[in-house]
This record gives sequence, structure tokens and C-alpha cells, in this order.
Amino acid sequence: MSSPSVLFADPRDAAAVADGVAEPACFADLNLDQVVAALTAGREEYDLAPFFRHRLRTVDAVAHRHEVFRDLEDHAVAAGVDAFARRMRDVRRRVRRAGELRHPHQRDSWFLTAVEEYGTAVRGLVRVLDGARPRSAGLRAVHEHVTGYARSGAFTGLLRDAEDVGRGLASVRYCLTITGGRVKVSRYEGEADYGERVLAAFEKFKQTEGEGHLVGFGDHVAMNHVEEAVLDRVALLFPEVFDALEAFAGRHAAFLDEEVARFDREVQFYVAWREFTGRIAASGLSFCYPEVSDRSKRIGGREVFDLALADKLVESGTRVVPNDFHLEGPERVLVVSGPNQGGKTTFARTFGQLHHLAALGCPVPGTGARLFLCDRVFTHFERGENLRDLSGKLQDDLVRVRDILDHATADSVIVMNEVFTSTTLRDAVVLGTRVLERIIALDALCVCVTFVDELASLSGSTVSMVSTVVPDDPATRTFRVVRRPADGLSYALAIADKYGLTYERLVARIAGRAGVAGTGDDDERTEEGVAS
Amino acid sequence: MKAFLLHRDRDVDWAADPPPETPDTVRDLGLDTLLEAMSDDDAFLRDVALRVLTRPLTGPQEIVYRQRVLRDCVEHTDTAVELYNLAVETIAAEHHIWPSFLRTPESVLSRSVTAMEMFTGALRKLRAIRDAHAEEFRSPGMTAFFRMLEAELDDAWFETVDSHLRQLRFKSGVMVSATLGRGCVGTGYVLREPHPGPGWRDRITRNVSPSYTYRLPDRDETGARALSELRDRGVDLAADALARSCDHILSFFTMLRRELGFYVACVKAYEKLTGKGEPVCFPEPLPPGRPVTVCRGLYDPCLSLRREGRVVGNDIDAADADGVGLVVVTGANEGGKSTFLRAVGLAQLMAQAGMFVAAGAFRADVRTAVFTHCRREEDAEMVSGKFDEELARMAAVADRITPGGMVLFNESFAATNEREGSQVARQIVRALLDCGVKVVLVTHLYDLAHGLRERHADDALFLRAERREDGTRTFRLTPGVPRPTSHGEDLYARVFGVPAP
Repeated sequence: MSSPSVLFADPRDAAAVADGVAEPACFADLNLDQVVAALTAGREEYDLAPFFRHRLRTVDAVAHRHEVFRDLEDHAVAAGVDAFARRMRDVRRRVRRAGELRHPHQRDSWFLTAVEEYGTAVRGLVRVLDGARPRSAGLRAVHEHVTGYARSGAFTGLLRDAEDVGRGLASVRYCLTITGGRVKVSRYEGEADYGERVLAAFEKFKQTEGEGHLVGFGDHVAMNHVEEAVLDRVALLFPEVFDALEAFAGRHAAFLDEEVARFDREVQFYVAWREFTGRIAASGLSFCYPEVSDRSKRIGGREVFDLALADKLVESGTRVVPNDFHLEGPERVLVVSGPNQGGKTTFARTFGQLHHLAALGCPVPGTGARLFLCDRVFTHFERGENLRDLSGKLQDDLVRVRDILDHATADSVIVMNEVFTSTTLRDAVVLGTRVLERIIALDALCVCVTFVDELASLSGSTVSMVSTVVPDDPATRTFRVVRRPADGLSYALAIADKYGLTYERLVARIAGRAGVAGTGDDDERTEEGVAS
Repeated sequence: MKAFLLHRDRDVDWAADPPPETPDTVRDLGLDTLLEAMSDDDAFLRDVALRVLTRPLTGPQEIVYRQRVLRDCVEHTDTAVELYNLAVETIAAEHHIWPSFLRTPESVLSRSVTAMEMFTGALRKLRAIRDAHAEEFRSPGMTAFFRMLEAELDDAWFETVDSHLRQLRFKSGVMVSATLGRGCVGTGYVLREPHPGPGWRDRITRNVSPSYTYRLPDRDETGARALSELRDRGVDLAADALARSCDHILSFFTMLRRELGFYVACVKAYEKLTGKGEPVCFPEPLPPGRPVTVCRGLYDPCLSLRREGRVVGNDIDAADADGVGLVVVTGANEGGKSTFLRAVGLAQLMAQAGMFVAAGAFRADVRTAVFTHCRREEDAEMVSGKFDEELARMAAVADRITPGGMVLFNESFAATNEREGSQVARQIVRALLDCGVKVVLVTHLYDLAHGLRERHADDALFLRAERREDGTRTFRLTPGVPRPTSHGEDLYARVFGVPAP
């Protein structure tokens, strides 16, 4: 049997991740780079990014992670894992620190505290798993391993040694008498606390609790040579204690169990996800375990939302608007049209994100989802920065689309956002139709945001979705995208009006400020503006 | 060590802010004049006086406790002032001992030693004042205070202090104990008092515990710094202990300054009023329950303090005011109504602070708190806004007042028409009375006064500003039912120099 992994049911996935995973090309367009940045922030030492990039391809591999996520929903388990992780971080910090020190007693002492913390970490983990009785194969395997390990002679012997040495060090109490350029080091022999005696003489005047006047001293790790000289003399006063410490460090240099260390890293995948999504869930949004399939393209989502946007909005105290979608039978392509700033791009991102996240085995944003385990997610978003001239941009667009179509398979998901905006409407219709037809022929899943209404009713494979506004007040955007025929109405003008940016109002404002009326040229543009 | 001059068994909570209604009370009662008389522009005394005045005592015994201390202080002003000045000077002397620019354990210790030497000097003086004058004082508060000084500041204590100040020079080195923290770094430093050195017999028999000494190499400056830091860890603890001890003594003098300060402030005002021949008295506080307001020659001390001569006082007979929770004052404009209202409010506050009262005699039940609600003259043209503002202030009073409180109304709710204003006011007054709140109300709203008269013919006192036949005012109030007209015409006549009708 392969070594137990809380993250991988299939060792091939583990091996693939071990080889390193480049960031998928779709990450920037889907804002998944932001999501992963947020997930890994503060957890750099675990190198989690590869875990969030590598997509699982089998339903079993996904189920393996879903089970672990469900186990972690038990607060006791989650808290126990957190405590374990915190202690393991401490262990590493202390080992690192020991390595940086030059004085042998100091080095050994830090090493000892690392081992002590390690013992606490492992025992705590065993206790948590004993109590929780995990159901997931991942955590059960880990449980089995650490239980055996904690009972092993290697581990128990390590901790017994550490305890003996630690007790010795804790018992050391000494006195320093500093006079001129000399310091005398002696054992502590019950000398009275003089500060207390001084205070006692004046305590009676106290009216209220006051503040202390300690100048204070920074706690430093490294010692100066006087402190080292003191420590050397303390060691002379307590030789047996320090001999034992030295022997301990020599005996147990390699104390860390490989599988324990591996679990420590891998479980952070879950911890990071839970912490990140927990923040968002606290604002009232839901996450769900998607039903995943590597065959059926009958997909859908209820109240799904853009994770990156939700994270940003939580910070500002607002909430993202969730959406529903579904594809049945021969349906493969969602064509999204409607008013600008109505949530179309966000919807497209959501669609792409869902398919990547589902393939990570994570709970996804939404109250329910049925998703396809795709081989890749392709994205085509408008690139503002490449704006050279229009023909150059159109060519650039087409090259990128062709590149996608060359690599996409029937198992791919393609997200296209506002393609071919840089050409005439006629061109856009023609090119859009061609591209969509090829995607349909490919049988890939696709969401396509476009201003070209015609694309919405291209074939039985396409489904039209429209971004909406509040019926009574067209200027208010809802960010809701609903499944219905494209009606060809643009609300952009209404939204502009709301912000006082229609031609007449903008002229009135600017003219009102400047006290100058519009020119004849402006009047002509008025008509253009109204006509378009 | 507590002085317990303001309360028999507890401190005053000086940290507590005056209650939120204080600015209104100060303004409506003209309290500033009294505070000025009590403080002679000393901001500290003013603050003390204001804080005590706005935290009324609610037990007659507590009030008498303070009255007796105040009597002592009036009779032995010199000693009271000497004690107070000692506290003031000691605190000032402490402030003048500057902390060193470089804050090190050594500098903190050095400053603390200087401060402690100054403090012990002051405490010896305090003890000396007690020895010279304690027997002259009679009040329970002052005698207990002097007994406490005698017990706590005895010779043995002064000797202990001297020995500490000697030892804190660390002639024989600084001794600290420590344990090993993480990484074997010394931690948990505690300053220790060395055992007396071993005798010669122990030395010969080598019956001494082992020790190892490290001697700094010559010219090892880094080492010298390190060693002095180690030493400083011990000195720091000593410095902290002594500095905290200084704080304790400072806090003692600060407390003393406040408590004595109140009485010194009272004596100042007392001497100013009696100096101009005004009567003052120690009031008779009655337990809460049955509302009573009886007085003889009650006047507004603030008005008197602002004037050359004496001012007119008012009487309320026991027969009229026993069991009366509502006093309604009507009558001539500028006939002394507002002055009377302020006099009542000030008397109540001063009485419940343990002070004397500006009257020949004053007897009243204690109240939980005194609130004022007076018409504000500014922005008179914005009538609706003003009525709104008045009600907002009333709501603030309503937020704070409890049964057993007292509210003084001066021309309230007149910022709308008489009918509406009266209606609102009647409902408010009735609610207050039903809640056991004492109400003194000055109004020219006839509808209001008349309505209250109908309803409270037996359990309210109605006073009227007097007006002689020739139209001149006596500023004296007499019992009398409200009359439908005010005397605005008189005022008009006087102001415009037209003969009265």
C-alpha cells in the first residue's frame, strides 16, 4: 500500500503535483490567481499553490477530498487540525532557531523545545482523531498511521528523554551578584525578594492601581558573551543537567516522522480553503459539494457566484449577487447578452471558476451545483493592454481563439468574454457564429459573453441568458443573469442617465459650471448618441 | 491609607465624569458664580467643587458627616488650609523632580530616591501638623483622619524607609535570581536581598555554597555594556518598586488634596457670604419619602455674590410645604421667580453636598438627583425648532431621571402657543409627580398654572411674585393662586418709560 495521503486517492496525482504545476493559463482571466493568492497568503511555507492548480480527473479522486472536507466540518476536528498545524509551525521555527545559534547549550536547548512541541503536536493530533472517528479514507489512513507512530518506541522514547532533560533545566535556579566588573554566579538559596519588601513598606499609601515603571528589556534569542560566560558557570553549578541536554541533542537529531510532516503540509489545502470560504460564508453566502461527473454534460448551478469578487466585496461589507444556470440535453453553450455592467463578465468568470474548483475537490460557491470534470478550462478575455490598432487587435483575437480551438477537446470548458468587439457588427456576427459553430461541433462546454444577440439563438446547443435591470427603474442594475431570450434592448443609456452622463445632462452640467452653451458640433453628436 | 473626609467609609470616585446634565445644571442655576467663590479661580478647586456638587449624597447621615467636618474646618481654618497647602506643595514638588532625559533603570531609581526623600519630608510635616492640632478637632471625620496619621506615620515606619533608601544605593552589588528560559536565556529575574555574609567559622570549614565568578577582561567595552545590562535588570526591579511606591504616596497626597480641597473651597464661599452679612445655615436633611421644602430667608447665593449688598430672601412655612411635591410659581415678570427657582435648586444641591445653605434655615427631603429645564433665549425666532429643542432636552432629562428626583422648570414649553405648550407641560408634570419626582415650576402659562391648580388644590404649593399697589416689585413670593395675566405691562411701562396702568 502506498503511504497514506489526506489529499490524493491516486498516487499519480500526487506524483504530478510533486513534479511541479505551472499556473494554468485561465487563472488570470478567471481571477483565480487572486483566489489562490488569498488562499496561500500566510501559508507560504506549505507551498500550496500546486495543490490549487492541479485538476483531478476522476470522480473518486474528487470524492476522496469531499469526504475529508466533510470530516473537517466537525468543529473539533478542524480545531484539532489547526492546533496541530500551529504546533508544527512552532517546531520548525524552533529547529531553525537552534541552527542559527552558536552556543552549544543554547542550541541544544532550542532543539529540546522543538522536540517538546513536536510531541505535543503528535499527541494532540492522535487525541483529536481518536475522539472524532473520521469517516473519510484520507483521515482514517492518517489516523491509523499516527496512532501506530505515537505508540512506537521511537516516539515514546524521544518524549521520555525530552521530559527528563526539560525537568532538569526547569529546576535550575541561580543567583547573579554583580559588583563592578565582576559577576558571581551561585545557586539560589532562598534569598528574599527585595522589590517586594520595598513595595510592602509603601503599599499602604496606594489609592488606586497604578502603572509600572519598568524600563524593560527586549527578549533576545542570541546571547552576548557575558551571558554566555554566565551560562557556562551555571552549567558548572549544575553539570548533570547540561550533560543530559547535550546527550539528548546528539541522540535525536532526526526526530521528525516523514508521514506526519506530509500530513502537516497536505491538510493545509483543506484548512486554507475552509478559512477562506468561511469568511465569505459568514456574510451569508453558501458553498456546496458539487455533484461531479466525468461523462455527463448535463450541468447546472444554483445561486453560484464569483469567488474572487465575493472575497473583495466581503471586505467592503457588500454582497455579491448569485446566479442560476443549467444546461440540459444537447445544450452546451451559454450565450450571455444584455446591458453592460449587469454582471455578464462576472457570470462568465463564475462558470469557469466553478469548473476549476470542482476539479480540485473543493466545495464550490453556490447552494447547489452539478459540474463536469473537464480536462482544461480555456479563457478568452479582452486584453486592453494589447490595443495597437483595430485590425491588429482583431487578428490578435483570432489567433488566440484559434489557439484555444486547436487545444480544446470535447472535455474542455471554454469561457469567452466579449470577443470581436474590435470590429464591425457584421464581422462580429460572422466571426462569432463561426467560432461558436466550431465549439458546438467540438461538443465542449462553453459560456460566451457577447453583444451580438444573434449568437444566442444559433442552434439547439445554445442557451440565451440575459443580464437584467430592475423593471421599475431601468437605471438600477441587479447583476442578475437569467435564462431568457435576448431582447436586444440596451440599458446603457439609462445607467448613464442615473450617473448624470447622458449627453444632455453632461452638457448641462459642464455648461452650467462653465456658463457656456454647446456648439453646433455637439448638437450633431446628440443625434448620434440618441440613435445608437 | 484613606482620609475618608467626604464619606465615612469610602472614597469619592474622582475618575467618574460629572453626570451628563451637568452643563445644563451649571447654566440654569448660575452655578459658575458659586464655583468661582469657592475656588478663587483655582481650576483644581473649581473642578473638585463641581464634582462633589453634582454627585449629591442621598442619606441624611452622610450629609451630617460632611457638615460636621465643614464646621470643624470653618472653626479651624488655619489648620485646614495648612493641611491643604502641604498636599498642594508636595504634589508640586514631585512634579518638579524631572525624570532623566535618558530613561534607564539607574535614572528611574535615582529620580525615585530623590522623590522619596522629598515625600518622607512631607510626611514628617503631616505628622507634625497632626501632633500640634489634632486635639482641636471634634468631627468624627477629622478625628478619624488624625488617628490614622498617628497610627501609620510612626517612628518605626520612618526608620524602615531610611534603611531602604540606604540599601538602594547597592554598595555591595546587585543580586538577582533567575531561571533558564527557552534557549537557556536567563529569565524571571528577581531582585534579591543577599543573606548576611558567612561567618569566619564557615569560611574556614569551607561550609559555603560553591560559586563561580566571571571577571570582565580589561577594555572589554561590549562586555561592560552587557554586564551593566545584567545589573540593570536588577536595578530595574528596584527602580520599579520604588517608583511605584512614590506613585502610591503621590496618589495619597492627591486624594488628600481633593478631599481637603472641597472643604477649603466651602470655607472660601462661607467666608464671602458671611463677610457681607448674609445668613448661612447648615440645613436639616430629611430622609427620602415625604416631600418637604421649608425655608426661612432662602436666597440665591450667586445673585448675592454678584452684588454689593444683601439680597431678598423668601420663606416657605412648614404648614404650606409639608408633603408638597409640586411648587408652582406665577406672577409678575422680573418679580423674583427665576431667582427663587435658582435659590431652591442651589440650596438642594449644596445641602446634598454637605455644604451650608444660603438661608436662615432650610429643611428638605433628600432627592436622588436635581435636574433643570429652562427656557433658552437664543434663536427665539425659530419657534418650531425651539419647541423641538426644548422637547429634546426634556427627553434627555427623561432618559436620566429616577423616582425621587427633582426637576426645576423655568418658563418651559412656552415656545409654542399657550394651549399646546400647556397641554404638553401638564402631561409631563403629571407624569413626573406620579413617579415621585419633586417639581418646582415657574411659568407664565396661565392655562398650565390654572390646570395644575384645579388638579392639585391640596397637594401643591402655589406662590406668586408680589407686586405692590404702585406696581413696584418686592422680589418676595407669597402663597397665592395663579392669576390670568402676567405683569408684562408693568415691565413694558418701565422699559419704555410709560406710566403703569
